[in-house]
Amino acid sequence: MTDLTSLTLAEARKGLADKTFTSLELTDAHLSAIEKARVLNAFVLETPEQARSMAREADARIARGEVGPLAGIPLGIKDLFATKGVRTTACSKILGNFVPTYESTVTSQLWRDGAVMLGKLNNDEFAMGSANETSCFGPVGNPWRREGSNTTLVPGGSSGGSASAVAALLCMGATATDTGGSIRQPAAFTATVGIKPTYGRCSRWGIVAFASSLDQAGPIARTTRDAAMLLRSMAGHDPKDTTSVDIAVPDYEAAIGKSVKGMKIGIPKEYRLDGMPAEIEKLWEAGAAWLKAAGAELVEVSLPHTKYALPAYYIVAPAEASSNLARYDGVRYGLREPGRNIIEQYENTRAEGFGAEVRRRVMIGTYVLSAGYYDAYYLRAQKVRTLIKKDFEDCFAKGVNAILTPATPSAAFGIGEKGGADPVEMYLNDIFTVTVNMAGLPGIAVPSGKDAQGLPLGLQLIGRPFEEETLFSLGEVIEQAAGRFTPARWW
Amino acid sequence: MSTATHKLLKGATGDWEMVIGMEIHAQVTSNSKLFSGASTAFGGEPNSHVSLVDAAMPGMLPVINEECVRQAVRTGLGLNAKINLRSVFDRKNYFYPDLPQGYQISQYKSPVVGEGEVVVELDGGRSVSIGIERLHLEQDAGKLLHDRSPTMTNVDLNRSGVALMEIVSKPDIRDAEQAKAYVTKLRSILRYLGTCDGDMEKGSLRADVNVSVRKPGAPLGTRCEIKNMNSINFIGQAIEYEARRQIEILEDGGAIDQETRLYDPSKGETRSMRSKEEAHDYRYFPDPDLLPLEFTQAFVDELKAKLPELPDQKKARFVADFGLSAYDASVLVAERESAVFYETVLDRLANRARDGKMAANWVINELFGRLNKEGRDITGSPVTSGQLAAIIDLIGEGTISGKIAKDLFEIVWQEGGDPRALVESRGMKQVTDLSAIEKVVDDIIAANPDKAAQVKDKPQSLGWFVGQVMKSSGGKANPQAVNELLKSKLGI
Repeated sequence: MTDLTSLTLAEARKGLADKTFTSLELTDAHLSAIEKARVLNAFVLETPEQARSMAREADARIARGEVGPLAGIPLGIKDLFATKGVRTTACSKILGNFVPTYESTVTSQLWRDGAVMLGKLNNDEFAMGSANETSCFGPVGNPWRREGSNTTLVPGGSSGGSASAVAALLCMGATATDTGGSIRQPAAFTATVGIKPTYGRCSRWGIVAFASSLDQAGPIARTTRDAAMLLRSMAGHDPKDTTSVDIAVPDYEAAIGKSVKGMKIGIPKEYRLDGMPAEIEKLWEAGAAWLKAAGAELVEVSLPHTKYALPAYYIVAPAEASSNLARYDGVRYGLREPGRNIIEQYENTRAEGFGAEVRRRVMIGTYVLSAGYYDAYYLRAQKVRTLIKKDFEDCFAKGVNAILTPATPSAAFGIGEKGGADPVEMYLNDIFTVTVNMAGLPGIAVPSGKDAQGLPLGLQLIGRPFEEETLFSLGEVIEQAAGRFTPARWW
Repeated sequence: MSTATHKLLKGATGDWEMVIGMEIHAQVTSNSKLFSGASTAFGGEPNSHVSLVDAAMPGMLPVINEECVRQAVRTGLGLNAKINLRSVFDRKNYFYPDLPQGYQISQYKSPVVGEGEVVVELDGGRSVSIGIERLHLEQDAGKLLHDRSPTMTNVDLNRSGVALMEIVSKPDIRDAEQAKAYVTKLRSILRYLGTCDGDMEKGSLRADVNVSVRKPGAPLGTRCEIKNMNSINFIGQAIEYEARRQIEILEDGGAIDQETRLYDPSKGETRSMRSKEEAHDYRYFPDPDLLPLEFTQAFVDELKAKLPELPDQKKARFVADFGLSAYDASVLVAERESAVFYETVLDRLANRARDGKMAANWVINELFGRLNKEGRDITGSPVTSGQLAAIIDLIGEGTISGKIAKDLFEIVWQEGGDPRALVESRGMKQVTDLSAIEKVVDDIIAANPDKAAQVKDKPQSLGWFVGQVMKSSGGKANPQAVNELLKSKLGI
């Protein structure tokens, strides 16, 4: 039998339906791959027994002819999603061995549609990071290496475990979350497809919150089609999240292969950064050429407030985070470090439980919201946010269907290489992705080529609100033109 | 309406005026909490009414309870206040073990209800209008339990997330009497509306009182806030104490520190809780988990159309329809239950236009008097509205006199029973038959020839004869008939 883990999700779905193999076989193949790839540290919790029991259940349902859209498909779940009866930590010491009594809406919809859970995936602590180096479980390795090098690279973050596991064929797809680029940047670093849907498309209920107004769940998969299949199950209105939007979820897969002829694609001039590597510039041009060849029209557009997006993001996101993380106080669940009084207990618990990056952001957030600084920072950042949103609206109002940009300013870098002395160096990774979160728009990262060192690079497409289908159609064009990229196994 | 004059406090340097503003926290009457489906029932086992949202479990999100919004809008309408069709929920951030989220969801810059006004009655027919600054919705906190373990403090989250309305007055209150009357009136309005049960003992209604003093006409002084008062009498005592404390400091050449204080009823004094410097920086910002609260004018209009009659309207109607004095009407409407009782009596009267006012007198004087004497409230009255209406009917139609009616009331209070049947069975009927009374009248005139002779010059002594006749008839003679008969017999 061919290696079942190398199938795409769509291929596996066919194999299961044709009874070429069972979900249990498919699941076991992945469990064994996970075991062999522990050096990548992509999974923080493997749940083989639960996986096999869910696979058997899926097989029984398939035998009865009840085929859910994801029946028998083994997936990895970012540790930010609450999973009932399964330890959920957000990769923070402060949650300790927290086991939720509830299942997040997004994952419950995946199980409803027949998917199988292989385990919980590593991520930056509370999704704060761009390299998956802030996890309390340690960094994640990227299955990609520079040609001729043994240096382990980061998979990006915060959904580094998701991207690494999907790229290394440890799961057929994974859930992820994106607050400033946490789906798209790791997807670009690992030659996987990642989509952050429109804010409100997926329920945030049961996902450990980082920055509520920016957080959005989405899938990481190996093809645009696979991502479309996963998003269809993950998305949908949820009365338990009042920011989720009551709009019907279309059949995203139907958008795959749809003609993009006549679509207007914007190329924003502000994304042409000084000192941007020539390879990224070249890739961007190639992407534009592929879309043009498929019949799309390319137009230069202006998003004048782009340069303010990153600084504004690093005010809004920490502000919300400082408040969202106040609940981790050692009183009701998770880590508790005793003290002589309640204040000391708070201080000890939070000093011990939060890592350096989380502490930094809590402090930044507390500062920008404090009396006397609120207007200068938080309020101003919100005004910038409104302007960024308006930039996009103006652009779409001129008939632009989607905007093409690079996904990241560079390829993956080595563990410990960036942000050691200056956290801003790390924050700059999100320069092309944060605008999308600030404006609440959908964005997809699609693998598009390799740099001179053989590392994958990705392009980003930004769409109109709730027009994820356009992104899938365009993403498929790039995927067809660029081809697919698989890392050589070294683990 | 007469504008009230208020009490000034005498100090060594002259008169001082108090300036008082209040923040009232009223628990919204609703089955479930402001942002979760958990029950709001009082007195459950600790942590038995706690949802995942109330305990702030990771990934939980608040969802607004629409009934709480309706209650806030109803209350706003009852306070003659501006209803804001768009308002915003903010997070008020601070750490405390009874606050699971680490923030309270409240409304800071854009409350659901804006400015309004409450007219407050004072003694002697005076009244004063107190401005409402705003009303907003917010979450209540949990409760710390210190008595369950010698080394630990426990937390009960049953109240965590229960909806509160914070009603903020303008600094229009000028003395303790006005303050007490304001809370009383507000409580009455809330209870009429059914938006808060007003139970201060259970903490459903609590007040923070801001007090400052100044020389009349001078600019506002520095204020102190007395937190968490749950008794109207204590509010009065605390204000008096706090104002005198401040006057003493000022007259000694000192300055008032803006601070939060607590009232100790056992000592009758306020003491410092925390200074302005120790005050939290709450880092308010709009809650990103919640969209702005928006509703239409039609939603407000529908609630307005279904609003119950409020105490001021009821009072005006009682005065207009039944000729009640303003004072009597305000006594009847002060408590919703009293007004309901009175109105039920009215509904059961044979002739309410004729006897409505008499019914008011009976409810206020006989019934309330008797209830007060026994320390009962109207809901525990042994005399029902139906029985009282029957007694009043008997008086109104002339079957019994007012004096006999009081005896009858006493029998009904003690033994119960149908008043009309009791009058029959116990022979309490008023005698209106002239021939029966005539004999008694003749006997009394015959026995008192001197007085009969004098009465022509001193018509006011007729009353003596009426009394004699009533006495010998055992009170059953119809006083009017007796009067007329005596007049004709005595030739006046």
